[in-house]
Amino acid sequence: MKIRAQVGMVMNLDKCIGCHTCSVTCKQVWTNRPGAEYMWFNDVETKPGVGYPKRWEDQEHWNGGWELDRRGRLRLKAGGPIKKLLSIFSNPDLPQIDDYYEPWTYDYEKLITAPLSKHDPVARAQSQLTGKDMEIQWGPNWDDNLAGAPERIHQDPLTKGIEEQVKATYEQAFMFYLPRICEHCLNPSCVASCPSGAMYKREEDGIVLVDQAKCRGWRFCVSGCPYKKVYFNHKTGKAEKCTLCYPRIEVGLPTICSETCVGRIRYIGLVLYDSDRVEAAASVRDEHDLLDAQHDVFLDPEDPAVRAQASRDGIPDDWIQAARRSPVYALAHRYRVALPLHPEFRTLPMVWYVPPLSPIINSMETDGYEADPDHVFGAIESMRIPVDYLANLLAAGDSEVIRDVLRRLAAMRGHMRKREVLGEHDTAMAAAVGMSVNDVEDMYRLLAIAKYEDRYVIPQAHAELADRLMEQQGTCGLDFEGGPGNCGAIGPDTGAENEGFMLTDDERPVKLDIVQMLGDQGRLDEGAGG
Amino acid sequence: MSTGEVLLWVIFPYVAATTFFVGHYWRYRTDQFAWTSRSTQLLDRRVLGWASPAFHYGALAAIGGHVIGLCIPPSVTASVGISESFYRWFAGIAGGIAGLVTLVGFLGLVYRRARSPRVRLTTTRMDMLTYLLLTVLIVLGCWMTFGHTLFTSSPYNYRDTIAVWWRSLFYLNPDVKAATGAPLVYQLHAIIAWGFWAAFPFSRLVHAWSIPLQYIGRPYILYRRRYAAR
Repeated sequence: MKIRAQVGMVMNLDKCIGCHTCSVTCKQVWTNRPGAEYMWFNDVETKPGVGYPKRWEDQEHWNGGWELDRRGRLRLKAGGPIKKLLSIFSNPDLPQIDDYYEPWTYDYEKLITAPLSKHDPVARAQSQLTGKDMEIQWGPNWDDNLAGAPERIHQDPLTKGIEEQVKATYEQAFMFYLPRICEHCLNPSCVASCPSGAMYKREEDGIVLVDQAKCRGWRFCVSGCPYKKVYFNHKTGKAEKCTLCYPRIEVGLPTICSETCVGRIRYIGLVLYDSDRVEAAASVRDEHDLLDAQHDVFLDPEDPAVRAQASRDGIPDDWIQAARRSPVYALAHRYRVALPLHPEFRTLPMVWYVPPLSPIINSMETDGYEADPDHVFGAIESMRIPVDYLANLLAAGDSEVIRDVLRRLAAMRGHMRKREVLGEHDTAMAAAVGMSVNDVEDMYRLLAIAKYEDRYVIPQAHAELADRLMEQQGTCGLDFEGGPGNCGAIGPDTGAENEGFMLTDDERPVKLDIVQMLGDQGRLDEGAGG
Repeated sequence: MSTGEVLLWVIFPYVAATTFFVGHYWRYRTDQFAWTSRSTQLLDRRVLGWASPAFHYGALAAIGGHVIGLCIPPSVTASVGISESFYRWFAGIAGGIAGLVTLVGFLGLVYRRARSPRVRLTTTRMDMLTYLLLTVLIVLGCWMTFGHTLFTSSPYNYRDTIAVWWRSLFYLNPDVKAATGAPLVYQLHAIIAWGFWAAFPFSRLVHAWSIPLQYIGRPYILYRRRYAAR
């Protein structure tokens, strides 16, 4: 057993209003640069819809993620190392930028410089790839709120097989929003697809990153990620992706997309897992068993044996404490109301979703059924969003999993309504879904009250390593292997050679003094985080 | 030996070789961020699907042919029982195929770069120089293979001249006479090739040294520590 900590996220789709604030703030922070115009590390898709890039969920076309070979062994769907090296000169599965959209700007200058005329001047759209005037055919969220759905809705790969249930006519339409970031998977196929070894998962927090110095632009990560959340910067020739805002996470702050979410739909917390069991979990034969397999990889931080082993595996105490309070572990594992996005990709994703329930509750409540579990559960079957559609999104097509989650959510609402409106304290609703009253009410607090400190339980970067962070202050930072980072290594206890570097040898005693002075202070923080 | 000959056949190759090695060292140490193939496949995948593999595989085969032809003396091939005539036909046919495939792929890539506005705009001045050098080298190479090895009654055996000079450079005892006797097309190809090597470290061609062979046999999932273990 090798215990690692993973920073995960849960999004409560019931509360997402599709305002795109997360996307906009993310873009402002991370991708408002040349070559990154078309990238949205965070995007919000209307479901049903074509998606970004178009039809990204269709792995028969894009060959992303993993599959099992005939002997049941896990392999990359796009082929192994030999096949990759042979097709390295032209990646057969790479999307073209038009599959996302051609980025553009407007000729704003014209508005100012146009001579006085009878008509208002017009700022024409100009391609950011060629600088030429262009006619916009597709763009970010082009199909927002079911725009164009009558013509386009069945291009959504998830409607395959349930076309009858997914209607685009106004009276019968349904929709919900799906905000997406990188999944920071336990079994990331992008990392596995990178021939250069430039992509990696951080041992401490599981965040998946691209080493910009090591990336050689072979592009297999872009096609290897089934969620299409690794992007190719066409100016720098390097891959880029959602960083889970690691500079914020390291100091205990939520990601920008979470921080600015007006619906407060996002939760960030730790999950402890056994990294030795990841491959076996991703290799279970039946796709419907993948969810349980991933649950089995998670470890219960309330178990003293797990905590002891985590400590031996180098996970700091404050992180273990944070794992016990993790809203992600609670929603995904303890209460089982959050589900992974497309578990059938076998990547063991770590951004999970609470499926939307609202439309059915609305219809029931107007009918006056609210308190009766039989009515609540019966109504799930006649929900406007077909359970099968949600199952294709979040449960590899296993609609029983979705029903189970929706029953819990409905029971929670029924229970709280009884308590708050009718003043009745009764255990029937909770018992009907196999939960204790305490669990149901805790879940209610987490989902409905959703206090900031309950939504984000993020321990800071290791308190034990705080002196190390101090050491790195004022360093040159160009510390990649073979890089120009030889500005003089620090102390003899620095460990790895590509750790921190100092500008000059002369500064060394001064720096070490500061480290020593602040050393005690750093240790005071130990165990206080989380 | 005239001064011009010494400049051309001795000094220029050594200056180019020095530029090649020092340039790579400098570029690798200081410019990891730009060390990439600078692929334009994302912008436009038309033509690239066949042209890029054709160019690259053809070029790899041609490089292999150069290594054999320049580095292995005729005495070695003769001692393992390969006749001069067999070598000529083998080199001519294999080299001819490699050259043609490279040329066709290269023309496809140039056509794509010229015709696709998105791709054209990514072209730097260094790219232009690289393309110019490659054009000259590939055309001269094909000319030599087809005109002087395959479709001729008196094939020219560069292994006794240009190759001798090439190897003599590495022995630090340049044999200028061996080169100056060769036909002009061979001389041009050899000299321009040194210019190509000098430009190499400053071009996007450096991605050639990053062929990720280490990917074979590597564990799929890589972990890295943010901080070194205590």
